[in-house]
Amino acid sequence: MDSLTVEKRTTMDKTFDLAKSSVRELNQFLHQDLATSGVKHIDVLNPNGSHSIAVGVNHPVAIDIRGQGGYYVGGMNKFADITVHGNVGWGVAENMMSGSVRVKGFASESAGATGHGGTLIIEGDASLRCGISMKGIDIVVGGRVGNYSAFMAQAGRLVICGDAGDALGDSLYEAVIYVRGKIKSLGADAQQEPMTAADHAAVAELLKRAGFPYDPTEFKRVASARSLYHWNADANQEY
Amino acid sequence: MCGIVGLLVKNPAMRSQLGELMVPILEEMASRGPESAGLAVFTDRLPETDRKYSLHAPAWDYDWAPFEADFIKRFGTEAQLAVKGNHAVLTCDEPADAVKAWTHQHYPGLHVLSAGRRIDIYKDTGHPADIAKRYDFPKLTGTHVVGHTRMATESAVTPDRAHPFTAGEDFCLVHNGTISNPFMIRRKLEHRGIRFETDNDTEAATRFLEWRTREGDSLEQALQKGFEELDGFYTFLIGTENKLALVRDAFACKPAIVAETDDYVAISSEFRGLAHLPGVNNAKLFEPMPEELYVWTV
Repeated sequence: MDSLTVEKRTTMDKTFDLAKSSVRELNQFLHQDLATSGVKHIDVLNPNGSHSIAVGVNHPVAIDIRGQGGYYVGGMNKFADITVHGNVGWGVAENMMSGSVRVKGFASESAGATGHGGTLIIEGDASLRCGISMKGIDIVVGGRVGNYSAFMAQAGRLVICGDAGDALGDSLYEAVIYVRGKIKSLGADAQQEPMTAADHAAVAELLKRAGFPYDPTEFKRVASARSLYHWNADANQEY
Repeated sequence: MCGIVGLLVKNPAMRSQLGELMVPILEEMASRGPESAGLAVFTDRLPETDRKYSLHAPAWDYDWAPFEADFIKRFGTEAQLAVKGNHAVLTCDEPADAVKAWTHQHYPGLHVLSAGRRIDIYKDTGHPADIAKRYDFPKLTGTHVVGHTRMATESAVTPDRAHPFTAGEDFCLVHNGTISNPFMIRRKLEHRGIRFETDNDTEAATRFLEWRTREGDSLEQALQKGFEELDGFYTFLIGTENKLALVRDAFACKPAIVAETDDYVAISSEFRGLAHLPGVNNAKLFEPMPEELYVWTV
C-alpha cells in the first residue's frame, strides 16, 4: 500500500464498531456530519441484530454492515449504497426513496415495504410480505419469497428468482412481479400475463444490477387484472 | 409484543451452562416485554414414582414452614421443599391431583405453577433482568429452557398470568400474540372437566394442546389440531419432558428466529437475542415458516 492510499483511507473511510458505540451515534453522524466530512465509505462492525442501522441517509456514501442486521436496516434511504454481509430482520429498506440496499444473506418479513424508489437486492430468501405496498422500488430476490408478497403493491418491479408463496400479488395495483420458480398461489386480482420484449429487457436489466446469472426468458409475469379497481356491488364481497 | 426465549443444549457438557447462555436472550428480549417474565427449566428426571411441584406464594418473605409441616402431616410422606423467596419446589411421591386439590383447599394463596418429573417454573412481574437476578437464572442447569418476556394484551399483569403456562405434567407453553377464540376453547375443555386458573388466552392454548396429547395425539398431531382450532396470531414455544417445539400461525406476524449448531438449538424473537451465543455466526440460522412444525428432541 503506498502513502497516497493510506492518506485516502484515513480521510474518506470511517468505522463504527457497534460493540463500542451506539446505533444512535452512527445515525447522528450519517444525518448531521456526513455531508461535510468527506467520508465516502463506512464500515459498521458488530451490528449483532441491532435495529435501525443506517436509516434515513440523505447523502451519497457506501456502507458495509459486517454481520447480522436487525429491523429496518437502510429504512428511508435516499442516497446511500448499503451492503449487509449477513441476514436482516423485518422491514429492510422500508420506505426507501433511492440508492440501494444489498443483503448477502436472507431477509425477514416486509422487505422493501412501501419503498418509493432505489434497488433492494436480497441474495438469499425473503420472508413473508416482501414488497408489501411497494410504491416504485425495484426488489430482486435471489431465493424464494414468503406468503402475501407484493400485497397491494402500487408501483415498481419485484423479481423473484426462486419460488413464491401463497397469495402472491394480492390486491395488486400497478407494480409488476416476475417469478422464475413456482407460484404456490396468486392473490385476489393478480394474474399471470405473457412476457413481452419490454418485460424481458426489464428483467435482464434488473438481474444485471443484482448480478444474478439467470435467463430472463425463464421468468413469468404477474400483474393486476384490475378488476378490483372499481366497486362491484354484485360481487357480494367475494373476490 | 412479547419475547420468546428458548434453548436446548445437545452437548451434555453444556447443561451446566444452560442458564448462563439463556439469560442474555431473556435480557435482550426485555424490550419486547418489560412487565413480567418467566421460564420453565427441564432438569434431571426424578424417579418414576416421584413428582415435583413449583409453587408460588403471594409474598417474597412468605413463611413456608406451616405449609411444609401440614403437608407432611396430611400426606405422611417424605417431602422436600426448596425455597427461593416467593417460589418453592416441592418434591414428594404424591400425585398431582391430590397435591393441587389439597393446596388449593388449605393454602388458597399458594399457586401450583407446574407438576412433573423434570419441570421447574419461575415467573413473576417486574423487569426481566431483575427477575433473572431474583431467581438466579444464570445458575440454572438442565437440558432445555422455555422462557418469555411479557407485554400484556389479553389479561392483567400478575405473576400467574406471566408465561410459561403449564397443563398436565412436564408440559409448558409461551406465546407471543393473541388468541381470538380462547373462550370457545375454554368452554369446550371445561365440559370435559378441565379446570382453568386464569382468564388468559394463552392458558386456553396450553390446556387445549396438552389435552390433545392426553387424548392420544403425539405432540406433532396436537399442534396440527391447534392450527385448525386455535384462531389468532401466535408464535408458540412448547416444552415437554424431552422436546422443544416451535410453531407460528398462518399469518406469521409474530417473529421468531432459530440458531442451530451441533451444540445447541437457540430460539429468540429476534436475532439480537442470539448474538452472544458461541459460534452463532456459523450456526444454521432460519425463520420458522407459517404452520410448519419445528420439534427438537433432547
